[in-house]
Amino acid sequence: MKRREALAKLTGRERYVDDLPLEGFLWGMTVRSPAPRGRVTAIRFGKDVDWSQFVVVDHRDIPGPNVVALIEEDQPVLAAGYVRHVHEPVLLLAHPSREAVRRAVRSVEVVVGPEPAALDFRVPPAPEQIQYGSDNVIKHLKIEKGDVERALAGAPVVVAGTYETGAQEHVYLETQGMIAQLEGDVLVVKGSMQCPYYVLKALQHALARDATRVRVIQTPTGGGFGGKEEFPSHIALHAALLALKSGRPVKLIYDRGEDMAATTKRHPALVRHRTGLTRDGRLVAQDIEVVIDGGAYVTLSPVVLSRAIIHAAGPYACEHVRITGRAMFTNAVPFGAFRGFGAPQSQFAGERHMDVIAATIGIDPVELRRSNLLRDGQTTATGQVIRDGTDRLAVMERALELSSYRDKQREHAAFNATHPTLRRGSGLATFYHGAGFTGGGEVALQSRLRVAGRPDGGVEVLSANIEMGQGTLTVFTELAAARLGLAPEDVTIAEADTGRVPNSGPTVASRTTMIVGGLIERAADDLRRRAGLDDSARGAAVKQSIQRWHREHPGEPLFGEAAYEKPPGIVWDDQTYRGDAYGAFAWAAYVAEVEVDLRTCTTRVIDFVAVQEVGKVLNPTLAKGQVQGGVVQGIGWALMEECKWRDGAMANNQLTNYLIPTSADVPPVRVAFLENPYPHGAGGAKGLGELPIDGPAPAILNAVARATGAEPRAIPLTPEKLMELLDGQAKVGAQNAAPLR
Amino acid sequence: MNVLLPASLPEALNQLASDATAVPMAGGTDLLVHWPVRLEAHERTYVDLSRLDSLKPLRWTEDELTLGGLTTYWDVILDARARAELPLLVDAARQVGAIQIQARGTWAGNIVNASPAADGVPVLMAYDAVVVLESRSGREEVPLDRFYAGYKQMKRRTDQLVVGIRIPRRRYTYQVFEKIGARRAQAIAKVGLAVTCSGAGWRVVAASVAPTIRRCPAVERLLEAGIPIASPEALLPAIAQDVAPIDDIRSSADYRTRVMARVLYHDLRDFWGKRA
Amino acid sequence: MLRPYGKRMPAISITFTLNGSPVTVDVDPAARLLDTLRYQLTLTGTKEGCGEGECGACTVYLDGLPVNSCLVPTYQVRGHRVETVESLDPGALEPFERCGATQCGACTPGVVMTGWWIREHPELLEAHDTRELMAGNLCRCTGYDGIIDSVKEAVEARGKGKREG
Repeated sequence: MKRREALAKLTGRERYVDDLPLEGFLWGMTVRSPAPRGRVTAIRFGKDVDWSQFVVVDHRDIPGPNVVALIEEDQPVLAAGYVRHVHEPVLLLAHPSREAVRRAVRSVEVVVGPEPAALDFRVPPAPEQIQYGSDNVIKHLKIEKGDVERALAGAPVVVAGTYETGAQEHVYLETQGMIAQLEGDVLVVKGSMQCPYYVLKALQHALARDATRVRVIQTPTGGGFGGKEEFPSHIALHAALLALKSGRPVKLIYDRGEDMAATTKRHPALVRHRTGLTRDGRLVAQDIEVVIDGGAYVTLSPVVLSRAIIHAAGPYACEHVRITGRAMFTNAVPFGAFRGFGAPQSQFAGERHMDVIAATIGIDPVELRRSNLLRDGQTTATGQVIRDGTDRLAVMERALELSSYRDKQREHAAFNATHPTLRRGSGLATFYHGAGFTGGGEVALQSRLRVAGRPDGGVEVLSANIEMGQGTLTVFTELAAARLGLAPEDVTIAEADTGRVPNSGPTVASRTTMIVGGLIERAADDLRRRAGLDDSARGAAVKQSIQRWHREHPGEPLFGEAAYEKPPGIVWDDQTYRGDAYGAFAWAAYVAEVEVDLRTCTTRVIDFVAVQEVGKVLNPTLAKGQVQGGVVQGIGWALMEECKWRDGAMANNQLTNYLIPTSADVPPVRVAFLENPYPHGAGGAKGLGELPIDGPAPAILNAVARATGAEPRAIPLTPEKLMELLDGQAKVGAQNAAPLR
Repeated sequence: MNVLLPASLPEALNQLASDATAVPMAGGTDLLVHWPVRLEAHERTYVDLSRLDSLKPLRWTEDELTLGGLTTYWDVILDARARAELPLLVDAARQVGAIQIQARGTWAGNIVNASPAADGVPVLMAYDAVVVLESRSGREEVPLDRFYAGYKQMKRRTDQLVVGIRIPRRRYTYQVFEKIGARRAQAIAKVGLAVTCSGAGWRVVAASVAPTIRRCPAVERLLEAGIPIASPEALLPAIAQDVAPIDDIRSSADYRTRVMARVLYHDLRDFWGKRA
Repeated sequence: MLRPYGKRMPAISITFTLNGSPVTVDVDPAARLLDTLRYQLTLTGTKEGCGEGECGACTVYLDGLPVNSCLVPTYQVRGHRVETVESLDPGALEPFERCGATQCGACTPGVVMTGWWIREHPELLEAHDTRELMAGNLCRCTGYDGIIDSVKEAVEARGKGKREG
C-alpha cells in the first residue's frame, strides 16, 4: 500500500501547526537564561517598550506545581529565581505582532549571579560544582554476569579502548511549535509532538486541571526522531500559560536557531572497554563502563542509560560481563531522546572496539564476529536466552555478499598501493536493537487501543500513536484492513486527540508497529465479536454486520478494545537488571565503503549496504525508507554533525554551521531484509525505526581505519580530527600510517 | 525600514549618493539570511537593484567577458562559452550553495559582501578580473586583487555600484579551482584555492585563510622561478608569508594550512621545478 | 496583516503573477516572499525550515527557477512570475508517491518543486547529477534515495510519454 497521506504531503496540502488558520491569536516567545548556573538577581524590562501591550508570564502564573512532569519532578516550567543552564526558560511574552514580540524578548535582561558550572561530564565534579546528590550522578546502573575480574585476570589477551560520541541535533525539518486556546472551559493544545498523553499529563499537573478541562491534539508532525518525545510538553505549557493569562489563542513556534540551541539533543557518551579473549578471538570477559552527559535536568537520562548499557556488550556471547553506567548532571542544556536512545552510543564503542581487538590480535574482523555472534541458546549480558531462530551469521554473510566485501578488500589493497592521495576501505558492524520498552516498561504503560465500527460499515482506529513520517497511518490502515478483510478505503485513523483516543502509549522505542499494531489486531478481533461475528469473518460480512449493529443500536458507539498483554515467558528483574530485557531483538549487519582524501582528510561514503532481520516486513517501501533515513542520520553523526559548545549550549546553532548530509554527500543506501516472523509482533513484525542508526558510525570508522591505518575512537570524525590522528601517527612513526606519496 | 525602488541605473546612483548608509540589494542571498531574527537589519535603507535590467546580462567581446552587475551564478553555468573558456567560473558557480542560491546569487554581490570565504571571488581574481564601479561622479575600475584592503574593507565608496566585472580572454595552460568544505554542497569553504597559468603568468588565489581573499605572491614566485618542491611541507614557508589562517567555528588554522599545502602540492606536481 | 510594533511602515503595493494569475498585495517592505505567501496569501504549502537558505523547504519558482523564498524580499517579485507547490498538478506526482519521496512531509513541497523543475528540464542532466541538483533540499527522513529515485522516475516517465505521445 502506498503511503496513505503521500499526496497531501507532496502537494503541500498537509497542514502542520504553523499552517493552521487561527483567528485573533498572539505570537508567544520565550525569554531565557544567559548563564549556565546561578540565582536570578533581577529581571529588567527595557524602557523602549510599551509593556502594557504584551502578555507577560512568569513562574508565579503557574496554577499547579512548577514542574514539567516526566520521570523526576526536577525540571521547572519556568525558572523561579534559579537557573541551571543557558537558555533555560524564565519568562514568556506574547503579542499580536511576531516582530514586536521578538524585539520585546531582546529588551528583557535576565541578570544572573553566576555560580560555578559543571560543564564536562567526563571529569569528576569539583565540590563547588555539585548540584545533584553528592556527586552529580543522576543514575547508576549495573549489569553483571559471571565473574569478570577473575575472567580478565585469566584471559590470554586483554584489549582496552576508550570511545566517545558527540551530541547530535535532530534537525527535524519542521521546528517545534504549539497552539493553545480555550474552547469554553477546555484548554485545547495542538501541535507537533510524538506523545499526546505525555503532553496531557504535563499540562494537567502544572496547570492543576483535570482531564475534562484539558485536551491535546497532535497535528501532522514534520519529523521527531525523539526530539519531540518529551520537549513538546514544555512548549505546550508555555503556550497554555500565555493563553490562560490573555484569554486569547497563542501560537508559539520556535525559530530554527532557537530550536537547535534550546531543545534536547542526543546524550554525549564516553565508553571504556576492557575485553578478555582467547588467542583465537573468543570473548571470555567484557568489562564496560558507560558514562553519559544528562545535562541540567533528569529528563529521560535514566532510561537512555538503561538502554545504553543493555546494548553495550553487543550481539555476542560472553560468559563474564560487567557493564556499569552513570548518567551525569552538568549545566548543559538537558539532553533527551534521539533515535536509538543510548544504543547508538554504546554500540559505536562496542563495534569499533571489535575492530580494534581484531587489529590488536591479528585476526580478521569478520572471523572475530563469526566466532562470537550469539547462537540460539546462548545468553546476552543480562542473561536473556536468545532462541528466536534467527541465523545471525546469515545476516552478516548477506551483508558481506551484497557489499562484495572480500573482492573490495583486494581492490582496495591495490588501489591504496598506487594512488597518490586517495585511500579506500570497507568496515563492518554487527549489532542489534531491542524493540519496545525495556523489561517491565510496556506493562507499566498499560497501553489501550480501540477500533470503532462506523455506521457505514467501515472502521476507525483510535490510538494515541502518531505519524511523523515513519508510516504509522499506512501501517495501521494495512493492519486493520488485513485483519478484517476490508479495503484500505474502509479504514480511517482517528486524529490523535486525547479527547477521543485511548492512551496506547508514546510513539517511541520502535514500538508502534510491533506492539501497538498488535493491539489493533486484537481490538479488531474484539470488534468483530461484538458485532456478532466469529473470528473467521472477513470483508463484506464484517461491513454488513457492523452496519446492522448500528441499525439495531442507533446513536450508540461500537468499539472493539485491546489492552497490552505481556507475551508469555518474559521475565525481567529491575533491581538486578537481569532477565529478558526485550521481547524481541532485531539483528543487523552493515558494511560501509569509504574513500579518504589524504590531502584534506575528508571521508566520503561511496557505498553502503544495510542488511537486517526485523521479523516481517509489512510495507517494503516504508521499511526501506526507515533504514535509508536512519543510515544517513548515522553517516551525518559519524562524519559531519558536530555540536560546538559555549557554556553548555550549542554555539553553532544554524544549519550553515551544524551540517547534516545533503543528497550529494551520501551514496545510494542498499537495503536488504531477512525475515523471521516474531509471533508477538503485529503481522510478525519487530520494531525497526531505531535499529538503522546503531550501525553506520562504527562501520564507517572501521572502514576509515582500514583505509588509512588511523585509529579513530571518537565521533564525529571530522577531517580536522582525522588529520590530527594521521599526522600524529606519522610523527611517532607508527607502523600503519599511510604516507602521502 | 526603508526601501527605494529605482527604475533606472542613474536613479539608483542618485539614491546611493544621497544616503551613505543605503544598502544595495541584489539577490538577497547574503543580506536576507536569518532576516526575522536580525532586527537591526530592519532599521536600514535598502536600494532595490532588481529592476536595473541593463545590469543582468553577461557580454562577450573579442577580448573579454564582462559579467553584469546582476549576473547570477546560474547565468554563467548555462553559458557554453564560459564552460569552454573560463571553466573555473562554472566550477565555482556549481559549488556555491545549490541551485536555489545559484539562481539568485550574483557575482557582484559576492564581491561586495567581502567574505573571506567567498566562492566567486577566488576564481575571478585568478582570472585577473577587474571590478567596474559606477557612481554619479563617474566610472572607476579596480583590479579585483587590489579591491580588498582588510577584513570586510574594500575599495568601494558607498555611492558606488558594481556594474560590471571584466575578465580578459586568454589561453590558459593550467587552471584549477578547489573548494574544501565540510560537505559537498551548501558548504562554506574552509579553504578555497584558484590557480591559473597563462601568458600573463601564474595566479594563486586563496580563500578562508586570511582576512581577505588574496593572491599568494610567495607561492606564485616558486612557480614562476621553477623552484623544485618535493613535499607539501616544503610549501609551508611560502604559505606562511602569504596567508594567516585562524581557528574559527568551522575549522582550525592548523588544518587550513596543511590542507592548502597538500592541495597545492598535489595539484601542481607537474609544474614544480619547471620554469613557466 | 501583522505590522511591526510601534512603527507605521509604509506598505508597498506589489503586483505579480502568482501561479498563473495576477495578484496585487500591499506588503511590509521587510516582508520575505515566504512570509507573504504563507501568512498574507495563506498559501501554506511552502514551508519555513531554517530561514537561512540552507534547507530548501521554502523553494518556489521565480521566473521559472527554483529559489529560496526565505531569501527573496517580496518587493523584488513585482512584475515577475512566482509559482508555488500549489500550482503543481497532483495527478503528475505519481512517481513521487510510488518511490517514497516523502515521509514526514516537512521538506516535501520544496523537494517536489526542485524535483519537478528537473523533470521539466531533463537536458540539465547532461551536465549535472540529480543528487547535485537536489543538494539544496535537505531531508532528514528519507536518506534521499526515495527522493532521487522519484525524480529519476519522473524524468523517465516524461521521456516515455514524449516518445509515445
